[in-house]
Amino acid sequence: MAIFSSPFISKPDTVAQIMFRVLLALLPAVALYVWNYGPAVLVSIALASVTALATEAVMLKLRQRPVAPFLRDNSALVTAWLLALAIPPLTPWWLIVLGTAFGIAVAKHLYGGLGNNLFNPAMVGYAVLIVSFPAQMTHWPSPLGLGQAELGFLDQLGYIFAGTLPGGIGPDAFSMATPLDTLKTQLHLDKSMGQIFEMPIYGYLGGKGGEMVAFGFLLGGLYLLAARIITWHIPVAFLGTLFAVAGIAHLLDPAHYAAPLFHWFSGAAMLGAFFILTDPVSGPTTDRGKLIFAAGAGLITWLIRTFGGFPDGVAFATLLMNICVPLIVLYTQPAVFGKKGQP
Amino acid sequence: MRTLFKFHGGIHPPGNKAQSTQHGIARAPLPSRLVIPFRQHAGDVARPAVRVGERVLKGQLIGTPSGFISSAVHAPTSGTVAAIDMQPLPHPSGLSDLCATLIPDGNEEWVARTPLDYRNIPAEELRHLLRMSGVVGLGGAVFPSDLKLRPLRAHPNKHITTLILNGAECEPWITCDDMLMRERAAEIVQGAEMLRFMLEASEVLIGIEDNKPEALAALRQAVALAGLAFEVIAVPTIYPGGGAKQLIRVLTGLEVPSGKLPTDIGVQCFNVATVYGAWRAIAHGEPLVSRIVTVTGNVRQARNYEALIGTPLAELLALGEPLPDTDRYIMGGPMMGMELPSLDIPLVKGGNCIIAASDQLLPPPPPALPCIRCTRCAQVCPADLQPMDLFWFAQARDFGKAQEFSLFDCIECGACAYVCPSHIPLVQYYRFAKSEIRAREQDKLAADKARIRYEFREYRIERDKREKAERLAAREKVAAAPAAGTADAARQEILAAMERAKQQAAAASPKNTDRLTPQQQAEIAEIEKRRAHIRELARSGVEHHKE
Repeated sequence: MAIFSSPFISKPDTVAQIMFRVLLALLPAVALYVWNYGPAVLVSIALASVTALATEAVMLKLRQRPVAPFLRDNSALVTAWLLALAIPPLTPWWLIVLGTAFGIAVAKHLYGGLGNNLFNPAMVGYAVLIVSFPAQMTHWPSPLGLGQAELGFLDQLGYIFAGTLPGGIGPDAFSMATPLDTLKTQLHLDKSMGQIFEMPIYGYLGGKGGEMVAFGFLLGGLYLLAARIITWHIPVAFLGTLFAVAGIAHLLDPAHYAAPLFHWFSGAAMLGAFFILTDPVSGPTTDRGKLIFAAGAGLITWLIRTFGGFPDGVAFATLLMNICVPLIVLYTQPAVFGKKGQP
Repeated sequence: MRTLFKFHGGIHPPGNKAQSTQHGIARAPLPSRLVIPFRQHAGDVARPAVRVGERVLKGQLIGTPSGFISSAVHAPTSGTVAAIDMQPLPHPSGLSDLCATLIPDGNEEWVARTPLDYRNIPAEELRHLLRMSGVVGLGGAVFPSDLKLRPLRAHPNKHITTLILNGAECEPWITCDDMLMRERAAEIVQGAEMLRFMLEASEVLIGIEDNKPEALAALRQAVALAGLAFEVIAVPTIYPGGGAKQLIRVLTGLEVPSGKLPTDIGVQCFNVATVYGAWRAIAHGEPLVSRIVTVTGNVRQARNYEALIGTPLAELLALGEPLPDTDRYIMGGPMMGMELPSLDIPLVKGGNCIIAASDQLLPPPPPALPCIRCTRCAQVCPADLQPMDLFWFAQARDFGKAQEFSLFDCIECGACAYVCPSHIPLVQYYRFAKSEIRAREQDKLAADKARIRYEFREYRIERDKREKAERLAAREKVAAAPAAGTADAARQEILAAMERAKQQAAAASPKNTDRLTPQQQAEIAEIEKRRAHIRELARSGVEHHKE
């Protein structure tokens, strides 16, 4: 029998519960996804979830770790959902499976499993996909009512699992460049900002549809804050920095730099601020460290969006800042009680 | 209204204090047998002053303090000394120590008691009286109180400006201080004035958590009645707000520097029960032979008892009528207390609470998962540490790094483990790391000493050989060559070598254990003793956790 020492009481919270609440917080965005893009995203999520759990089980088995307790911790599901929500909602099945399996097997388990990964597994999966399959990864479906062809749920299933589309149309018929992408290419064509934003894909703040999903992530994020699953540091520093740099550039040259609110409600900014960068395992542990980490990610996101070759920058910003975490943590240690004012 | 300050972190565990405060303090019946340890205080064991078979009176000295840090031990009732031998003590591993077994005669016949007026007695004499009355810190540290009342020789220009009475009692379940304050506030206030007089402190602050409105009211009334200018302050209920350093911070805004004592910032802090005990000792001539103890948990009738020191815990617990599914017992609170190996041990001066426990009341923790660095531990740490990092270092046995990240500033309050969603026994890891570091430092010290001894021996043998050869040569020559110079040079060389050895020893001693005050040394010695045993426990626990 093991002898336990004090304390003899503990809060009933568990890792599984925390992860479950993160999933719960994703629901508003998922609902808005379905509303705007049809139910395909649900298939992506299911596919990613099954892949994540299966990969998790295989890797645990290979690493000779107990399978059941770790499968029940819900962490693989969080990775799966985040990846499924980061990639286009209408994606061939093998892309989802590949990205999820890579994230779980390589980014998580090869680094030691739960709690030991240096990089955010969902973002590693995303990065692998966008680098390896840029064409498929940019087939973002048009929000319902905007595309040339409307796909029913069965058509969507056919595309996901068989790669076939009705009537021999190509993916271009249902997809279009993302608002961030469009902005970049149109600016290269010397269109003015005003002209670009008159295009039908743009909504009130970001892209039509996309801005609503971003709002869903914001809602979920506020729940995470209220439930004390995350602290304010990362969302505030990330969104604040993104707003500040985008705002300064926009003020200096409004014809060429998008407004800060556009950046907030486009792409994965809200997802990143509340769900990706706040991953505790791959992020910094100190409060000041969180501010630096998220501010850096905000800056890099804006730089990639504005000057880089990829449509969005949140994933790479996250991974680049993940690299810096050990250093940031080392240099942002808080003063210990009774040692304040001492070196 | 005084501005209160905050310390970082803290938790709000369920208080569970109402159960044991429904009734007033009851006097525990005279037990059939008392076992009185000769060491119930930090420091050296008291020397037995009675023989087996001797009849003693209640309050009679049976153990004389021996050593600078020590305190007296008294017969808690009149009766016959049946044995003086090693008996198990309240200790997680059932450590034994020298105890007197006393069979009460039922008469409760006191020795002659001399009530004194402290105002007519020099402070030095008062301190001696407290030492001889066995007054020690009843909040848990059991440090001899007389030593905390000494003038600060080391800091001739500093003196104590603030005396703090700790009535916070932040641990769940424990209510002995609460009930003492409710029922005996006047004597606590008198005692505080006595200690203030001894320390020549300019202000007295009485800190009580705001979950004890009755105690606050009782003390406020007592202070007003006594016409004293003490401040009775309601501090926010937050664990571990009753930690001395935390309470000092809340009341004064000052932080006791790491590795220093409250006196270094002009503050001295006493538990309310200690103050009460000191007052009884001087004003009534009653040495410390009883204390208030909370009997609670999985019992039919939770209550506080005034019990004689040495009362077998089994008899004490029986008063509460434990429920049938009780299978464990905790001495102290659920956050920092210890699980008792058995109930066949006596109540000691430091024993404030016994909790009868069952799996339903205090469920064992679920199996630990890996740390996910959620930093909840860091958010609640009252010492501003990064518990997840310390855990990482302890697990990796990277003790140097653990020390660098201020492991020894950890007060083992358990707040981190309380909130950990992975249910990692964090404190167990810290105890393990601390004991390993202390053991290594001692090994190193011993090795350094041995090396210096060895080197000096080598040198001496060499020197003797050389001197012998020189003497021989001198004698053979029968010349009149003066030898005084050589002897002198050799002596110089010895002195130089000894100086070198001393310097090496100084350079080799570990940083943490350098230049400690006697109080710190005593604390370390006491902790060390506990650690030796806890270490085993911790190791078994850690290994269990790894499986």
